[in-house]
Amino acid sequence: MSMQALERSAWQTVRHGFRLSPEFRRGLAGTAVLAVLATVGKVIVPVAVQQVIDRGLSGGTPDIPFIRAAVVLCAAAVLLTALCGYAMNVRLYKSTESGLATLRGRAFRHVHDLSVLTQNTERRGALVSRVTVDVDQISVFMQWGGMMVIVALGQLVVATVLMAVYSWQLTLLVWLCFAPLIWALPRFQRLIAGAYTRVRERTGDVLAAVSESVVGSAVIRAYGAEDRTGERIDSAIDAQRAAQVRAMRMVGFTFPTTELVASFAIAGVVLLGVRLGLDGTITVGRLIAFLFLITLFISPLQTATEVLNEAQNAIAGWRRVLGVLDTPADVGDPGEQGVTLPRGPISLVFEDVGFAYPGGPPVLHEVSAAFPPRSRVAVVGETGSGKTTFAKLLTRLMDPVEGRVLIDGVDLRDVRFSSLRERIVMVPQDGFLFDASLEENIRFGRPSATREEIALALTELGLADWVDGLPAGLDTPVGQRGESLSAGERQLVALARAYLADPDLLLLDEATSAVDPATEVRLARALEGVTRGRTAISIAHRLSTAEAADEVVVFEHGRIVQRGPHAELVAQPGVYADLYASWTTATRS
Amino acid sequence: MPPKVSTAVMRQGLRVIGLAVKAEKGVFAAAVVASGIYGVMTVASSWALGWATEHAMLPAFESGHATTGALVTAALLIVGAAAFKALGIMGRRILAGVMQFRMQARSRRDVTKQYLRLPLAWHHRHPTGQLLSNASSDAEAAWAPLAPLPMAVGVIVMLVAAAVAILITDPVLALVGFLIFPAIALLNFAYQRRLSPLAMRAQQLRAEVSEVAHESFDGALVVKTLGREDAEAARFQVRADELRDANIGVGRVRGLFDPLLEALPTLGVLVVLLAGSLRLEQGRLSAGELVQVAYLFTLLAFPIRALGWVLSELPRSVVGWTRVNDVLQATGSMTYGTHTLTSADPARVAVWDVTYGYDPGAPVLHDMTFEALPGRTLAVVGPTGSGKSTVTQLIGRLIDPDRGAIYVDGADLRDLARGQVSDSVAVVAQQTFLFDDTVRGNVTLGRDVSDERVWAALRLAQAEGFVSGLPQVLDTRIGERGATLSGGQRQRLALARALVREPRLLILDDATSSVDPQVEKRILYGLRDQQSTVIVVAYRMATIALADDVVYIEHGRVIDRGTHERLLERCEGYRNLVTAYERDEAERAALLADEEDEEVVAP
Repeated sequence: MSMQALERSAWQTVRHGFRLSPEFRRGLAGTAVLAVLATVGKVIVPVAVQQVIDRGLSGGTPDIPFIRAAVVLCAAAVLLTALCGYAMNVRLYKSTESGLATLRGRAFRHVHDLSVLTQNTERRGALVSRVTVDVDQISVFMQWGGMMVIVALGQLVVATVLMAVYSWQLTLLVWLCFAPLIWALPRFQRLIAGAYTRVRERTGDVLAAVSESVVGSAVIRAYGAEDRTGERIDSAIDAQRAAQVRAMRMVGFTFPTTELVASFAIAGVVLLGVRLGLDGTITVGRLIAFLFLITLFISPLQTATEVLNEAQNAIAGWRRVLGVLDTPADVGDPGEQGVTLPRGPISLVFEDVGFAYPGGPPVLHEVSAAFPPRSRVAVVGETGSGKTTFAKLLTRLMDPVEGRVLIDGVDLRDVRFSSLRERIVMVPQDGFLFDASLEENIRFGRPSATREEIALALTELGLADWVDGLPAGLDTPVGQRGESLSAGERQLVALARAYLADPDLLLLDEATSAVDPATEVRLARALEGVTRGRTAISIAHRLSTAEAADEVVVFEHGRIVQRGPHAELVAQPGVYADLYASWTTATRS
Repeated sequence: MPPKVSTAVMRQGLRVIGLAVKAEKGVFAAAVVASGIYGVMTVASSWALGWATEHAMLPAFESGHATTGALVTAALLIVGAAAFKALGIMGRRILAGVMQFRMQARSRRDVTKQYLRLPLAWHHRHPTGQLLSNASSDAEAAWAPLAPLPMAVGVIVMLVAAAVAILITDPVLALVGFLIFPAIALLNFAYQRRLSPLAMRAQQLRAEVSEVAHESFDGALVVKTLGREDAEAARFQVRADELRDANIGVGRVRGLFDPLLEALPTLGVLVVLLAGSLRLEQGRLSAGELVQVAYLFTLLAFPIRALGWVLSELPRSVVGWTRVNDVLQATGSMTYGTHTLTSADPARVAVWDVTYGYDPGAPVLHDMTFEALPGRTLAVVGPTGSGKSTVTQLIGRLIDPDRGAIYVDGADLRDLARGQVSDSVAVVAQQTFLFDDTVRGNVTLGRDVSDERVWAALRLAQAEGFVSGLPQVLDTRIGERGATLSGGQRQRLALARALVREPRLLILDDATSSVDPQVEKRILYGLRDQQSTVIVVAYRMATIALADDVVYIEHGRVIDRGTHERLLERCEGYRNLVTAYERDEAERAALLADEEDEEVVAP
C-alpha cells in the first residue's frame, strides 16, 4: 500500500478524496445554504417564547393578536425550515452516494490492475474491506456524522449569537459551564475509541474461532476435538462480551455528564439572570428564552464523542481506500501506446532474465532461452526451483527485475493487455471457479461462446463423457469456489475454460495434478491434438508430460540447467535423469 | 410507495423481545427502573424550571428584589433533577448493554455448540459464509432491539408522568399534548415501518457487493490471465450502483421524516404558547406554568423517538433470530450407541452394502461392499470423481450411510459410544486444515501427549526436519497469523496429527499429494512398521504397490477387489488407470518408431 496515502493528514485526505470523486462537490454550495437555513429553525422556539413573554404578556393582559401573529409567523418559518431540511437531506444523499459508488468502482478496478505480488493471498481480505466496509464507513459519516457536525456547529453558533444578543454576561456564564466539558470530550472519545478497538479485536477473535469450527468441521470430528474447540470459542465469546460491556460502561459514564453540566448552566443562568434583571439589563422573556437556548447545547455535545469516533473511522477508511488507488499498478498496461500483435503461432524469448521477490533473494538467475513458434515445451524441476516464477514472467503477471521477455520479438511490457491476454493464457494449478454453473464458468474464457461451442470444446478435450455424468450436465452448479466438485474436476473445468479462450500460447502450470492418470493421459493427448499449430508450455509435476514434449527445460535453483528432448536428457547423467528415475519408480509397477 | 413492515413481523419481533426479557429478568427490571427514573426526572426537570419561573424569577422581576431562599431552592431543584436524570441515563444505557451483550453471547454459544454437535452432512448442506454470519451478524441483529428497549419503556413512563403533570397544570394544554404526542409517535411508527424494509434491502445489497468483491479478488489470477478485469469491474459496478440507489432510497425517507419529526413538537410548543396565552387571559394559568409546559414539550420531542428505534430494529431482529433459531432447531445429529472397542490391535473394517448421496436423490456411492483386514494396507483406487473421498468420510464416521453399514471389529459404527471412532480411527483428508495454533497444538489437538511422542510422530511424517528449523520449534504458531508453510509441509503436519494418536485404523485420502515423491516414499515405508490397518486413496503406482489389497471403484461402485497383481491382470479399468503413463510412453515410442520407419521408407 502506498505510504504516501497513509501519511496524509485528515484534511489532505478529504481534499484528495474530493478530487477523485467530483460528485461530492456537485451542488455542495446549495446543500450548505439549505443546511444553514434548516439549522436556523432550531431557534424559532426560544425566540417565540421570548417574544410572547416580553411583548405579548408584559402589559397585565396578554396581547392576543400579537401572540397569534407571532405564532403563525413562527409556524410558517418552522415548516419552511423543515422543507429546507428535506431538500438538503436528499441532495446530500444523492451526491455522497454517487461519489461513493464511483469511488467503490474505481478502487475495485484498481485492485485488479495491481500485480499478483501486491494482491497476494494475505492481503485479499483487506482489499475486500477497501471496497466494502471502508467505503460504508465514509458513507455513514458523510450522511450522519458529517451532517451532525455541520448541524451541531450551526446550532452552537446560532444559539450563541442569539444568547449574546440577549445578554453577553449570561452567554459567558454558559460557555464557562460548558468549557470544561468541551475540553474533556476529546479525552472521553479517546478512551471510548480505545475500548471499541478492543471490542473489534475480540470480535475478530470470535470470528476466527467460529470459522475454525466451521471450516475445520471434518478434522474436529475426525479427531474428537469438539470439546477443545468449544472451549476456545466460548472463551472468545466471553472476552468479546466483557469488552462490549466495558465499552458500554465508559459510554454510560460519560454520556450523561452533558445533562449535568447543562443543569449547572441553567441554575447559573437563573441565579445570575435574576440579578441582571434587577439591574434592568435583561427582560424576563429573554431570560426564559436563555433557558430554552441552553437545551440546544445538549444534543451536539452528547453526540460529539460518537461523531468524533465516526469521523476518525471515516477518515481512516478513506485514507485506506485512497491508499489502494495510489498504489501504482506495478505491472501496467501500456494501453493505447502498446503493440497489438497479430494472431498466429507465438515465438518466445527470455533474455538474461533475473527475478527476485521484493526484499527477497534472487529466485531466477540469467535465464536465457528461445522457443520457436509451435514448440511444445515441458518445464520440470523440483519444488522451489523457479518453474512457477518462470510461468508468471512469461504471462506477465510479474515483470523481470533484470533482462526481458519477448514475444514475437516484442518486449512483453510493450504489448497491450487486451492483445496479450488474448494470445497467452495460463491454467494455474488451483483453478479457481466462480459460484455459477459449469457452463458459465467455462464461458468465462470467452464470453461470446455459445452453448454449442462450449459443448464442442469439451468434446474436443475428451471431457464430454465426464460432463454428461454430472447430475445436471453443463448446468451443474459448481458451488462457492467450485467446492461442489472434486479437486480434479475443478482442474478439468479450468482447463476447458482456458481452451475455450483459444490462445496462441497455452501455459499449463501443473494444471492436471489432481486428475487421475488415465484422464490425465487422455487430456494430454487431446491437448496435443487441439494445440497443434500453437505454442504450448507445460510446467509438469508428472514427467509423462515431459516425455511427450518437443523440448524439456530443466530448472534447478533458479537456473536452466538442462535443455533438450526427453530422450536425449534422460540418457545423460544429470538433474533430469534423477528426476525421471524417481518418477518412474513412483509410477511403475 | 415502498413496502411497510407487516404487523405479523412486529408481533414476531415483540415475541423475540419477550424471550430476552424472560431470560434476563433481573437485568431488564433494573434497566426499566433506571429508565423510569430517567423518565420521571425528565418531567421533573421541566417542573423545576416552571417552579423557578413562578416562584423565583417572575416574583423577582415583579417586585424588583430577589429572595435568596427561593433562588437557591430553584437552583437545587434544577441540578437535583438533572443529577437523578443523569443517573437514570447511566443505569439505563449500561444495563441495556449488559442485557443485549449477554443475549448475543448466549446465542453465539448456542449456535456454535450446534455447529460442533451437528453431523458433517449438515455442514455440507450449509455454506461457510452463512454459518459464520449466523454466529456473528445474525446473533447481533436478533438482539439489537434490546439496546433502545429500556429507553422506550422509560419514555412510556415519561409520557404518563408528563400527561399527569400537564393535566394537573391545565386540561386545555393537556389536550394539545394529547394531540401532538400521539401524532409524533404515529409519525414515528409510520417512518420506521417505511424505513426498515429499505434499510434491510440496503443491508442485503451491501452483503452482495461484498460477496462479488470477495469472489472476484479470490479469483484474481483467473481474471487476470483471461483478461476479464473490465467485465469484472462492470459486474461489480452493477451491484455498487444498486446499493447506491438503495441508499438514496433510504435517504429520501430519512430526509422526509427527520425534519417532520423535528417540526412537529416545535409546532406543538407554538400551539401551547398561543393556547396558554388565551388561558392566561382567562386567569386559568400562570406564566410559570406556561413556561413549564412549553419546556416539557421541547424535552419530550427527542426521547419519544426511542419508541420508533425499537420498531425499526424489529424486522432485522426477526430475520436474525429466525436464522439463529433454524440452526438451534436443526436435528439429524449423529446418534451414538454404548458399545466400546477394547482391542488394541489393528482394526478390521467392513463396508457392507453402502449407499450414500450428499443430495438424497442422487447417490454417489451404490451398494458398496469391501473389507480391510487387520494390519494390512488397502488401497482405494478409482478415477477422478468416483467417490473415493466419500468412502473415507464414511469409514471415519464423518457421515453416515443412507443404506447399509460400516463395521469396525464387527461393531456397526453407529452402535459405538461417542468418542470411540475418533479414538481408534484417524482420517487424513485431501485438503489439509491447520488450526491457528502452535505446531504442538496442531499435532496433539489438546491431548495430553509427551513431546517425545510428538517428535516421534513428526519423524514418521518426515516433518521433523522443517519443524526443528522453525523459530520456536514446537511452539511456533502456524495458521492464519503464524508462519506460512508450504503445501507439502502442511500435509506432513496433518499426517503427524493422525500418527501421534497411534490409531488402529489410519485413512489417508490422497494425503501426500503435495509431498515430493522421495519424501512420500519414506513416509509410506515408515508406516509399514505401524501397528495399524491402513486405508489409502492414491493414484501413484508406488503407493498402490505398497498396499496388500486393492479395491477399485468407478462411478461409486466397487468394480473389483484383490491384490494389485490380480487386478492388473483381470480388471481392465484398473489396468488402464494405473498403467496409463506406461502405456502412454509405450505408444509414443511405437509411434516414434513408426515415424522413423516411415522416414526411412519415404525417400
